[in-house]
Amino acid sequence: MSSPNTYRSGPNERGLFGLFGGRFVAETLMPLILQVEEAYDAAKRDPSFAKDMAYYFEHYVGRPSPLYFAQRTTEEFGGAKVYLKREDLNHTGAHKINNTIGQILLARRMGKRRIIAETGAGQHGVATATVCALFNIPCVVYMGATDIERQKPNVFRMRLLGAEVRSVHSGTATLKDAMNDALRDWVANVEDTYYLIGTVAGPHPYPAMVRDFQNVIGDETKKQMQKAEGRLPDTLVAAIGGGSNAMGLFHPFLDDPSVKMIGVEAAGHGISTGKHAASLNGGLPGVLHGNRTYLLQTPDGQIIDAHSISAGLDYPGIGPEHAWLFDSKRVDYVAITDDEALEAFHLLTRLEGIIPALESAHALAHVKKIAPHLPKDHLIVANLSGRGDKDINTVAALQGIQL
Amino acid sequence: MSRIEERFAALKREGRAGLVTYFTCGDPDAESFARILEGLPEAGADVIEVGIPFSDPMADGPAIQAASLRALRAGMNLKTVLAITKTFRTKDDTTPIVLMGYYNPIYSYGVDRFLVDAKAAGVDGLIVVDLPPEHDDELCLPAQKVGIDFIRLATPTTDDKRLPKVLSNTTGFLYYVAVAGVTGTKSAAAGAIDTAVTRLKKHTKLPVAVGFGIRTPEQAAAVARVADAAVVGSALVERVALSLDKDDKAKPDLVSAVLDDVHALSRGVKGARA
Repeated sequence: MSSPNTYRSGPNERGLFGLFGGRFVAETLMPLILQVEEAYDAAKRDPSFAKDMAYYFEHYVGRPSPLYFAQRTTEEFGGAKVYLKREDLNHTGAHKINNTIGQILLARRMGKRRIIAETGAGQHGVATATVCALFNIPCVVYMGATDIERQKPNVFRMRLLGAEVRSVHSGTATLKDAMNDALRDWVANVEDTYYLIGTVAGPHPYPAMVRDFQNVIGDETKKQMQKAEGRLPDTLVAAIGGGSNAMGLFHPFLDDPSVKMIGVEAAGHGISTGKHAASLNGGLPGVLHGNRTYLLQTPDGQIIDAHSISAGLDYPGIGPEHAWLFDSKRVDYVAITDDEALEAFHLLTRLEGIIPALESAHALAHVKKIAPHLPKDHLIVANLSGRGDKDINTVAALQGIQL
Repeated sequence: MSRIEERFAALKREGRAGLVTYFTCGDPDAESFARILEGLPEAGADVIEVGIPFSDPMADGPAIQAASLRALRAGMNLKTVLAITKTFRTKDDTTPIVLMGYYNPIYSYGVDRFLVDAKAAGVDGLIVVDLPPEHDDELCLPAQKVGIDFIRLATPTTDDKRLPKVLSNTTGFLYYVAVAGVTGTKSAAAGAIDTAVTRLKKHTKLPVAVGFGIRTPEQAAAVARVADAAVVGSALVERVALSLDKDDKAKPDLVSAVLDDVHALSRGVKGARA
């Protein structure tokens, strides 16, 4: 495959990034999807939309988030300089709020009176419930019964914020089934409802729109690194479930050829065991949830459950733009196991006084692998996409401690 | 003339609407399903929809979701769906068979290979829920090239602006989804269906079948008065579920109980315009 002049022009008018993406949805939803696309195109052209976004980013989310030089981590690894993009310091504790602010402003412009969302770990659900509280819009969050059981604190947070959390028992009762049920709700409530998707996946225009809202991560990083080091970073590392935090960090750098990018998938117990969430490294192209992308599936095209210690990475697909960047080789995609992520979780907590989300710990675990072998003037940015407070029950349980 | 055209022409000559039945292939097991399929023409099904089971049926309600999972647990896959259809064709060469499902199992099988095998198995049409006209190059156009109809769904959200796009490459018949929602939940008011069918008929010469929310012979008859066919799915799939033991295995009366229900629906449809 020859390299294009730019990696930032996608998708095309059909919502495709090369082979991937598209609008694979039932006819009932097509008029709505087209309506969302039209409304988003109009919002992009309207300076007041960008102004509203900037206002809430600064005064509500707390942006810009710091780019922090992790000195002790750098010394421990003994090679490249390690910087952390501190998305964990955003309001609600993760990058997810960047997207929900953008989409709630869009939903308001569209005059929608009800919001639905899916959530796995509960981070996107919390970020959605938060903006729905802020703008006083009723909110229903679909969450797999299995996830509700293992993410109780986030379920309680959503309910405190006034959201209705609906337990999903269909299929395997995890994130993919929550997304199925959110789509079923949308089909039945097309008139007044807006579906606020949490990652760079789903039918067009969602992958491009969510990416645009998350690009603030990479845009800030570029400026901040310029100020700190007077140049571009050399390597960017970010964890990938659906891929929104990675896309937000990577996209503004895609046309800077000196910048190497590495997406880190969840290898769970190891890709060879079959118990993992590495759609690119262990899946095949297919069609699910409105887009064509790499999916974990059987040879018969049935979707397989993902596995990861991190509920936020526990999804059998990945955003279609990542699938395209994988095939075009602009971005490298690797995988980190549960054990490696857990080790990095403890390491960062002790070295920097920062408890990272288990998702972000996957990115750090890969930094641990590569940093020692890189020169001391090599600049790495790892996306610290979320804080780990939500994961302390999981980590405690692994140590045999009941909180 | 295709089997679908011939069947709708025959119904027109008889002055009645048709009954379209849906069952998920391999529910609850391949053998029971094959026996249901074999009995359908005599029980009064005019067109037969065979569901391709999928792990994530986003547009379906609880009844068909459960049927899909039962079929998958019993080992059903697309290859066997085609084999069962082929066997049926050796005994019945006139009743149209329409495969209905989601794109991924077909994409995974390989579109070209699928079309060759489907044609050889005697498949007449396809309904693929998650392939809107925007993706006609994927499967719709290649299928029509080999003589397999691509039947599209029109819905209450399909306004006059969008309808021409939906109709553009639709062949065989048009399937009107009477309610905005998933399968097997609420029912539309008869008056609303009448209005919708009249509107659709202004835009197309294709037969119009109406489905979603039709459960009883009376409801089927009401639809049969205004449309060219009534589609019943979830209610029949629920009848299958009622004849299962606690391990989801077929009870001895399953096939006859299900076919009795089809008979009753057929009588409703046949008597509708009498």
